Amino acid sequence: MTRGRFGEYGGQYVPETLMGALGELENAYQRFRENKESMATLHHYLTEYAGRPTKLTFCENLSSLFGCRVYLKREDLLHGGAHKINNTLGQALLAKFMGKERLIAETGAGQHGVATAIAGAVLGIPVEVYMGEVDIERQRLNVYRMSLLGARVIPVTTGTRTLKDAINEALRDWVTNVKTTHYLIGSVVGPHPYPRMVRDFQSIIGVETREQILTKEGRLPDVILACVGGGSNAIGMFYPFLKDDVRLIGVEAGGKGLETGEHGASLCAGSKGVLHGALTYVLQDADGQILNTHSVSAGLDYPAVGPEHSMLKDAHRVEYAAVTDTEVLEAFSLLSRKEGIIPALESAHALAQATKVKDELEKDDIMVINLSGRGDKDVVEVARLEGMVP
Amino acid sequence: MLAGRSAPAFIAFIVAGDPDRAKCVQIAKAVIDAGADILELGMPFSDPVADGPTIQRADERALQGGMNTDLLFDIIREIREYSEIPIVLLTYFNIVYKRGMDRFYHEASSAGLDAILIVDMPVEESEEASRLAYDVSIHQIFLVTPTTSAKRLELILSKAGGFLYLVSTLGVTGVRKKLSADALHLIERVKGRTHLPLAVGFGISTPDQVSQLIRGGADAIIVGSALVDIIEKHLHDWNTACSEIASYIKRMKQASGEYKQE
Ligand SMILES: Cc1ncc(COP(=O)(O)O)c(C=O)c1O
Repeated sequence: MTRGRFGEYGGQYVPETLMGALGELENAYQRFRENKESMATLHHYLTEYAGRPTKLTFCENLSSLFGCRVYLKREDLLHGGAHKINNTLGQALLAKFMGKERLIAETGAGQHGVATAIAGAVLGIPVEVYMGEVDIERQRLNVYRMSLLGARVIPVTTGTRTLKDAINEALRDWVTNVKTTHYLIGSVVGPHPYPRMVRDFQSIIGVETREQILTKEGRLPDVILACVGGGSNAIGMFYPFLKDDVRLIGVEAGGKGLETGEHGASLCAGSKGVLHGALTYVLQDADGQILNTHSVSAGLDYPAVGPEHSMLKDAHRVEYAAVTDTEVLEAFSLLSRKEGIIPALESAHALAQATKVKDELEKDDIMVINLSGRGDKDVVEVARLEGMVP
Repeated sequence: MLAGRSAPAFIAFIVAGDPDRAKCVQIAKAVIDAGADILELGMPFSDPVADGPTIQRADERALQGGMNTDLLFDIIREIREYSEIPIVLLTYFNIVYKRGMDRFYHEASSAGLDAILIVDMPVEESEEASRLAYDVSIHQIFLVTPTTSAKRLELILSKAGGFLYLVSTLGVTGVRKKLSADALHLIERVKGRTHLPLAVGFGISTPDQVSQLIRGGADAIIVGSALVDIIEKHLHDWNTACSEIASYIKRMKQASGEYKQE
């Protein structure tokens, strides 16, 4: 078995051409992490440029509404508008460290594409982003942002024309240009070492949250919620709490309902399989063909999930739930009105589940919701769904 | 599986079930009658990351035509009844995994399959597959590419069966105008280090490329996208598809044969 397993999950199920590159990446990443100067540079960019640490905001209005103490971890306040930049700054610096001349990325909601374009611009590395035609249509604003930032967006017209096909196309590009190009994956998916590396870069979310809640409350939270697409903001939040007595809940895209088959809930409704280089829970038919997914949020519209989540599910260390598009839109509006914060539709999934979990909590119980991104990118789509614009 | 041959072999790749079961079997028979030495069947997959647009489209056609794993074994069985030609299966790992590795290998073997190549299963992930292949007497084939390090080549050579599949270039499948220098260099690197025949594939489409590779030391040539291109061009006239495939294969075989006769 190859390295990079989480229990039985993970691995390196990739064509031979990429094995050399994955080995090179693993070694370089090891050296990068041990290199004081590299780590100082990353810290510099995260604090001076991206805006870390992000606030842990106590929400008075939600707290009185929920009947418990509600905090939001404000990844929406980061430069670019989502947690994605924690990872893209890390990997882009690593790519430079490795002497790569070009970055490629896939994007669904466009947030990872934007975050990669930002990192490429500030660090002076050309960026090309693969994006499914369907997602280009529903995330126009981010497509334009990427081009303003100097990145080239390449429309993907194959398969379901969403995130999974964008990853396929990025992998094909990488196989062809592997000597000069770094593939900057946007979540804790893909072959080893990606799931581990992206988790490490995102763990700063949980590390900060831990310190902040201890300062504010003098104890750890009772429950933490985060949405799960590929699973990077969730694992980044959960990882530093895995050994603690804290209830952790990952929330998947329930789409039109699990019973309809139109969703993106790989952990709640999928089975074991291999997609994009890792053994993990995937949505597939009886013959192992990958199924179409659906979610109101492009960032969660993906038929697999990071392998570490698969392990945590089987170990019952993290609970996984799914909420429907309708519940998500309600949560989207709730946070906007009650707290004056418009959340990303992805993050609104965590919030929607929070409105259910609240009933199990006491007044003094502490709930932390990871607000992985802000909702500006979704405003037009939500207006369209509500019939406010054509 | 190419044991005892003196002339270089021509390996023809088509997508199983493209565009449906009956037509695919008809093409396979034309391929065999035209003198192909080995038939390689690709199992269509929803997410074929190692394939270029030509084979992606063939996969989509086949899946839309109702292709599935049961039908794959039916197709193999039907071809096996028609001919003794060695049949190699090219598949992505999830197809095998979902069926149950054990069950897949047993069914494949009893259908008459001779060898299997799992495109996204590097040798490090191959322990169970290799054991099953051995148990059911199927050759487990592995890829070697221009980026394969000396150390990994060693490992691959220690596990590989059937023939060694040399990937001629970096990138996905699909016809390329020029033969990459990597291909000849790769043959040089591997030649003499294994008893397995060396089959070169990815991007090969012209008789000229074939003779260059044979002269460079290849024992077999694998042609896929060029055949699938012909099929795609004649989707609405199947008899022409079959006869075009046959005359193409004859031309390519000639190119590989000529050299040995010199
Ligand atoms: C704001 C936001 N949250 C969450 C996600 C989902 O990704 P992950 O599960 O890797 O955090 C995305 C993906 O685009 C996103 O933009």
